[in-house]
Amino acid sequence: MNPVLPDAEALVGELVRQLAPRVTPETGMIGIFTGGVWLAQRLHRELGVALPLGSIDISFYRDDYAKSGLHASVKPSQIPFDVDGRHVLLVDDVLYTGRTVRGALNEIFDYGRPASVSLVVLADRGGRELPIAAQHVGAHVTVPEGSMLVLSRSDGGVLTLQLERNA
Amino acid sequence: MRNPQLNAKGELRHLLTIEGLPREILLQILDTAKSFLGVTEREVKKVPLLRGKSVFNLFFEPSTRTRTTFEIAAKRLSADVVNLAISTSSQTKGETLLDTVDNLSAMHADMFVVRHASSGAPFLIAGHVKPHVHVVNAGDGRHAHPTQGLLDAYTIRHYKQDFTRLSVAIVGDILHSRVARSLIHALTTLGTPDVRVIGPQTLLPTGVERLGVSVHHDMAAGLRDVDVIVMLRLQNERMRGPLLPSAGEFFKAYGLTPEKLALAKPDAIVMHPGPMNRGVEIDSSVADGAQAVILPQVTFGIAVRMAVMSILAGASA
Repeated sequence: MNPVLPDAEALVGELVRQLAPRVTPETGMIGIFTGGVWLAQRLHRELGVALPLGSIDISFYRDDYAKSGLHASVKPSQIPFDVDGRHVLLVDDVLYTGRTVRGALNEIFDYGRPASVSLVVLADRGGRELPIAAQHVGAHVTVPEGSMLVLSRSDGGVLTLQLERNA
Repeated sequence: MRNPQLNAKGELRHLLTIEGLPREILLQILDTAKSFLGVTEREVKKVPLLRGKSVFNLFFEPSTRTRTTFEIAAKRLSADVVNLAISTSSQTKGETLLDTVDNLSAMHADMFVVRHASSGAPFLIAGHVKPHVHVVNAGDGRHAHPTQGLLDAYTIRHYKQDFTRLSVAIVGDILHSRVARSLIHALTTLGTPDVRVIGPQTLLPTGVERLGVSVHHDMAAGLRDVDVIVMLRLQNERMRGPLLPSAGEFFKAYGLTPEKLALAKPDAIVMHPGPMNRGVEIDSSVADGAQAVILPQVTFGIAVRMAVMSILAGASA
């Protein structure tokens, strides 16, 4: 039995409303590959964030490297602004165990010491394995056991949430 | 028989030679290296992938540059690094190669980076170590120097993007060069249509055409319209041997001067694995000129070695 999933485009609008009062000319934004970068590109544009968007691939910081090895397609991380002393919005599509965010935080701190990091996610599906929480959440979503909640993007740039069976 | 460098899933667990490796693996290494290049430009030039692992640099033949770049690469992956120059220690006391390896394995080595004067020594070690231990060939005899071949390929890709449209000339002492052999295998695997080797008959291996290259003895014909020129080092001992009349004669015929460089495409790049002999295989004005990418090669080499070590260490037996 599949629950009805929220409309990702409506959640983007919800996040824009939440974040608009918080964005200043000094705000830095970083998306996590792949879905988090898609979402961050939208938020970055619609919020008119002044600094260029950063993107990180946390493959070099994963905690399951010893078990699973290195991902075959690692994207270069790029943070094109100085992280030191900055308020940073970290953006991902789905928050689940919290392990990806842990890796992302470690990576950001290798670029410098931010004043603060706030986590922005389109969907929080619960199931945390680490003490990590998002400050800005589009929606809380219940996901059936054995399924993954994933974000996809059409050629036209429309974002959609979907359920996929675990591999 | 399975390639001894790959595990049952087809992942790279030892890097011994580029010969016979699938194109996808070479591309995976080059792509991963691109991501590591960014790491080396950050405030903290380190990632935690090999934290708690021990990498042993096992050099049975002297080398400063290659050993140093492997050491830096391993340290930037957070590994502990132990450097051993074996020519000066236990081998002179009569210990065999595999006894040395067994002793170091008992010290919980996770990876051996091996340079040896004998072709095949890293294969012997890879066949001997426990399943969780990985071996990188850092140059064996005249046979292979795969990370150099990969960093050369990375450099060419960085400046010229698409291998399938390129003409590449490799110039000098091909006979004794493991660098040339590894680069030729990398280039042909990556689909380079025109690979030329240029040198005197005495410094070209017989049957080199079988590797998929064309052979030239004359720079004027060989360099015509190439996109990439790779100059090889002429080792001092060769200049005194029977293969060449003199260093001066060699420079006259095969040294890369601005005049000879002008035969290549105007945007051709000049590479050299180092260390260079100025005035023997390359003129100073070319080595320091706008078309030389010899120092970027060194920088790329660290990212490529980080990629190789992190891919190997992540692959199961």
